[in-house]
Amino acid sequence: MPVVSVAFIMFTINGCGVKDSTIKAAIAEQSKTMTDMSALNFDVQKGVVTITGECKDEATKAMVENSVKSIKGVTSVVNNTTVTPPPAPAPVVITADDPLTIAVTDAIKAYTGVSATVQDGVITLTGEIKKADLPKLMMSLNSLKPKKISNQLTIK
Amino acid sequence: MTLQDKYRELTDAAKQYGVTGLQAREQDGVLYIDGESPAGTVKDALWKIYEKLDPDFRSGDLVMNINVSGLASGSKAKVVTQTSNLNIRKGPGTDQPIVGKAAHHEIVTLISKSSDQWWLIRTDDGEEGYAYAQYLSPEP
Repeated sequence: MPVVSVAFIMFTINGCGVKDSTIKAAIAEQSKTMTDMSALNFDVQKGVVTITGECKDEATKAMVENSVKSIKGVTSVVNNTTVTPPPAPAPVVITADDPLTIAVTDAIKAYTGVSATVQDGVITLTGEIKKADLPKLMMSLNSLKPKKISNQLTIK
Repeated sequence: MTLQDKYRELTDAAKQYGVTGLQAREQDGVLYIDGESPAGTVKDALWKIYEKLDPDFRSGDLVMNINVSGLASGSKAKVVTQTSNLNIRKGPGTDQPIVGKAAHHEIVTLISKSSDQWWLIRTDDGEEGYAYAQYLSPEP
């Protein structure tokens, strides 16, 4: 297929270069195989291609531009595409105090000597713990989606 | 140094180990790292890095919630209490009545995950109920 397209373009060259309509046809042909291109607009004026629309990232923007540049008869490319900003991350969900308190009570049950309070999503740990037990306790508390954990435990 | 920088080694390792759905969000002076780990060993490795970057977890500036994924219904888990039996309860909560017990180091079958904290399990004796996930370690 590419061989045929090139041959087609070669034959349509006239005195002042390739016809705009031929360039447009070549772009349309490329858009069929490149989904990133199909959502963009291409305006061709005397061999100058102006691209508008939104690309998903900078790499796509550059790739589309290079791909258009490689079309025979294109003298220059004005790349006016914009890159869609990534969606803002969803805010962090903090567990409400009541369910958090119940879950924290369950989690610390196995650790004698450990006390915990929950206030505005913040778990405050007091008392004492064996060093070897600390990571395990922290793992289970971290999975409860607290706002933060204030570790005031004395480590034995 | 921002929190993202302080814990960069952790987020880089999480990416490298194939943690999926990885998110690192900073909000009100706390960094929240969430994701699904492909194996329990990956979760343990990440926690080792956390402990190294913040000795004894004193700073209170990171909440790391990495769950181990791929625990399908019917998979086996080992009871990893320190010495005692594991209570099996009627519902997900320590206020729920105890309906059975699984012995220390007994292998049980996972039926479903009610939450990250409580899993519905069945013992080989046919006792069925909710157990605290912290004391269950997925068997390979």
